[in-house]
Amino acid sequence: MSESTAPVLRAEGLVKTHHGEGAPAHAVRGVDLCVARGEFVAITGPSGAGKSTLLHLLGGLQRPDAGSIWLDGECTDGYGEARWAVERRRRIGIVFQFFNLVSDLSVADNVELPALLAGVPPRKARAEREALLAELGLAGKERSMPGELSGGEQQRVALARALVNHPPLLLADEPAGSLDSKGTREVMRLLSRFHQRGQTILLVTHDARLASAADRVISFFDGRIADDAELDGGPPPRRTGISGVLELKD
Amino acid sequence: MRLPLLALLARGAAHGYELKQDLEQLLGSAYPQPNVGQIYVTLGRLERSGLIEGEDVEQSSRPNKKVYHLTDAGREALRAWYEETADEPRVRDEFFMKLALAPRTGLADQIALINKQRRQYLNTMRQLSKLAAAEDRDNRIAHLLIEGAMLHLQADLDWLERCQEELEELE
Repeated sequence: MSESTAPVLRAEGLVKTHHGEGAPAHAVRGVDLCVARGEFVAITGPSGAGKSTLLHLLGGLQRPDAGSIWLDGECTDGYGEARWAVERRRRIGIVFQFFNLVSDLSVADNVELPALLAGVPPRKARAEREALLAELGLAGKERSMPGELSGGEQQRVALARALVNHPPLLLADEPAGSLDSKGTREVMRLLSRFHQRGQTILLVTHDARLASAADRVISFFDGRIADDAELDGGPPPRRTGISGVLELKD
Repeated sequence: MRLPLLALLARGAAHGYELKQDLEQLLGSAYPQPNVGQIYVTLGRLERSGLIEGEDVEQSSRPNKKVYHLTDAGREALRAWYEETADEPRVRDEFFMKLALAPRTGLADQIALINKQRRQYLNTMRQLSKLAAAEDRDNRIAHLLIEGAMLHLQADLDWLERCQEELEELE
């Protein structure tokens, strides 16, 4: 398969069981999934449904008990920790609920670090960082430390860090989970904007408002895909939907 | 929309088309085309029930227009409107009855019903997001209306999720 036609991400038969204290938790119970280039897919479901575990499997942060994952058509079965770490700089960008910025590095260094680690020349890394921070409304914050920023600003820095190497796939795990309503709208707007430019995004969220920014929503229950729906955003057939929601009654 | 029209007349007389424009300005794209026919019909009813009075005003090149103002009874009705609190949204709606009765009919699967309903809610949510993105940032009232609609839908979606959790356990 050539790189351009293969799905950015494909998974088959993924299974993951957590063995902690008490009964084993079946977090992911046989998941098949395909994400095409340019798609924006949201996975929603109640907390504890296993959706974060699924995202961790897809980003190589955890290994499945069974099943396989392909990135751009390439099987990852043989990947070890080191190889996954490389892919998380090259092919996969990740943003987390709690931002996970390096607290004793400046904003600029947080964003440039993955580029430098990927072998990008310093001058180019700086140019990428400057462009992204400007785009995300963070110009002038380069010298700030993460702790000096608001949650919304930290998440924007995390987004810049995730995108600095132009990964084909962006994974987002509850990116608005610790933000207020305004921060949520901001994250939603930015994800939509990058998606419009062709960024492939897989978003895990329990927030339906955030999920509705995606063009495909997967409902995840009890470790399984319960529904997989394309959102067309077209007018619903009857006089319900948006007008029914907003209209003043007679 | 009887009482909103009364409220728009509280500060002074206006004709039907002005009221339509007032509504448009207030609610922005959240209420894209107030139905002008509905406004005239409602004004007629309000006049018959004595809450407003219309007065024909001559126009040089066009037919007369009717300018309405609040009567004392109208002002009283408006005051009473502000005195009372509004009803809660309804939970025991049509979908709930469908869901609750599905097993007895043998005609529909509950999980399939939930999935179908969720798709519709999500599509509406997407339209609301688009509307919010397109609306003038400074129109706070319009944004609050859209956000309210989104939060209600969010609650409906959360509730569908609860239904699904409970009903899947039984399967």
